[in-house]
Amino acid sequence: MSERPPLALFTFLCFGIAFLYVPIVVLMVYSFNASALVEIWGGFSTKWYGQLIHNSAILDAALLSLEIGVIASTGAVVLGTLAAIALVRFPVFRGRLLLTGMVNAPLVMPEIITGITQLLLFVSLAGMFTWAAHRGMTTIVIAHLAFCMSYVTITVQSRLQSADRALEEAAMDLGSGPVRAFVEITLPIIAPALASSWLLSFTVSIDDLVISQFVAGPGVSTLPMVVYSKVKLGVSPDVNALATIVVAIVGVAVCIAGWWMRRTEHQRVLDLQMAER
Amino acid sequence: MSPALTLVSLRQGVRRTLDRHGKWVIILPPMLFLLVFFLIPFLFAFKISFADSDISIPPFTKMFSTTADNHINITLGLDNYNRLFFSDDLYAASYLYSLRTAFFSTMICLLIGYPMAYAMSRAKKTTQNLLLLIIILPFWTSFLLRVYALESIIRENGLLNTALLWLGIIDHPLQIMRTTVAVYLGIIYSYLPFMILPLYATLEKLDNTLLEAASDLGRRPWRSFFEITLPLSLPGVIAGSMLVFIPAVGEFVIPQLLGGPNSLMIGRVLYDEFFSNHDWPMASAVAICFLVLLVGPIAIYQYYNVKQQEQ
Repeated sequence: MSERPPLALFTFLCFGIAFLYVPIVVLMVYSFNASALVEIWGGFSTKWYGQLIHNSAILDAALLSLEIGVIASTGAVVLGTLAAIALVRFPVFRGRLLLTGMVNAPLVMPEIITGITQLLLFVSLAGMFTWAAHRGMTTIVIAHLAFCMSYVTITVQSRLQSADRALEEAAMDLGSGPVRAFVEITLPIIAPALASSWLLSFTVSIDDLVISQFVAGPGVSTLPMVVYSKVKLGVSPDVNALATIVVAIVGVAVCIAGWWMRRTEHQRVLDLQMAER
Repeated sequence: MSPALTLVSLRQGVRRTLDRHGKWVIILPPMLFLLVFFLIPFLFAFKISFADSDISIPPFTKMFSTTADNHINITLGLDNYNRLFFSDDLYAASYLYSLRTAFFSTMICLLIGYPMAYAMSRAKKTTQNLLLLIIILPFWTSFLLRVYALESIIRENGLLNTALLWLGIIDHPLQIMRTTVAVYLGIIYSYLPFMILPLYATLEKLDNTLLEAASDLGRRPWRSFFEITLPLSLPGVIAGSMLVFIPAVGEFVIPQLLGGPNSLMIGRVLYDEFFSNHDWPMASAVAICFLVLLVGPIAIYQYYNVKQQEQ
């Protein structure tokens, strides 16, 4: 649809966007407030950023969150892609319905339920395996992996469905094995889906509070857990500074990712046109 | 048989064997992982929901125990379910409260999100991409930090009250924090992008020629909106509502940070049962009921919906 929108509708859209953005912008502005009180503007200052850099609890938690995010989303991309291949390429196998169900269920499962059940699993396993007894990074990674997988499978699945199978078959007819044909032909085609689902998994993992809260053992804190305990107590200006940094990083990353994906998509269309000639 | 043909049939034979057994190399890793770390945990929760809470590690009674004369004793306690449904109305009340809150926030999100998505879909193509980026951006930033950002607007000495006082609209600050209004605001603020995105996706794909035909045939824009656009965008409405409703029902952070002591949503009750009261069996029973009463029906609905769309 490309007809010009009525003015009222467009104004409404602007108000809606303002509603989404005003709180974030206000927070960013106040992160440069010299005064610790919200209602008083005490002049421009970067002291909260300085305080943030020297807060080792926040820094350690941020590093742990990054580490968990990278491992969990990488694992999720691997397992999630395997699940997507299984569901797209093998129309019939024993347990297909079960796999479909297990891939889709985490998306309709409230986090708190997943968190409780996984903690109960780890507690029950603790008697049998030592790694489950020391709840910490490993258990958080496993829990995150389990729900990030769904996002990956669903994204990659739709991409695989639209990928042309004939190319891969041609490669196999020309003598390459199924694995090589997949790696050389299909993998580049689904690469944008892999990249975007990795990013999505990473954000979901790094942002997760509820599930981590359950499966983390005592003494282990991810960044959202530290932020939550600070925020619960009320205003904390260094959280404003942290929020500003997060928004800035995400803004830049989303723009770069958007630009990159548009470029690869554009390149793919060009290649296809070249191939058809 | 010519050698070339033999080679082809040999290769086909290899491929067939690979197809038959090699596929398990692909299927099994994700399958086993999800079985162990997603499905089996629910079985544990189901088992523990029949136990009693106990001062031990882990804090519940064992289901299987051996008696002195080597008989296996199975204890199946229905106390938790009894409390849940009959003797303690805290759970039923908070469950209904959660459903109500989630339902009305979803409706409000729909009322705000639909016109927004509609306006987006009617903007110029280049503007559409920019608007899409603007809507997606908050979705990528931290949920917790956004709830905190909202808190700094609506708290007693926050920007909203300061502005309203300055404008002379009110003479004493509004009490929004720790009320039901704050919980609604929090849910709407956090989940509005989830409503807009699927709505926009369906509205954007809508066939404009249908509307043109309707207008050529003399239909007024309002009527053709209700007769054409709205019914055709129904899949987006349903998808968006699900994306808002489901996390809203189980919401824990928003009622905890913004709501008052009265906003007892089921997520909060579960959390307290687990961490404050250390009643794991009761928490398990609440979780299992939550699953059967809410997630089960939604999952079945989704399944048939997807199946219908495939046909």
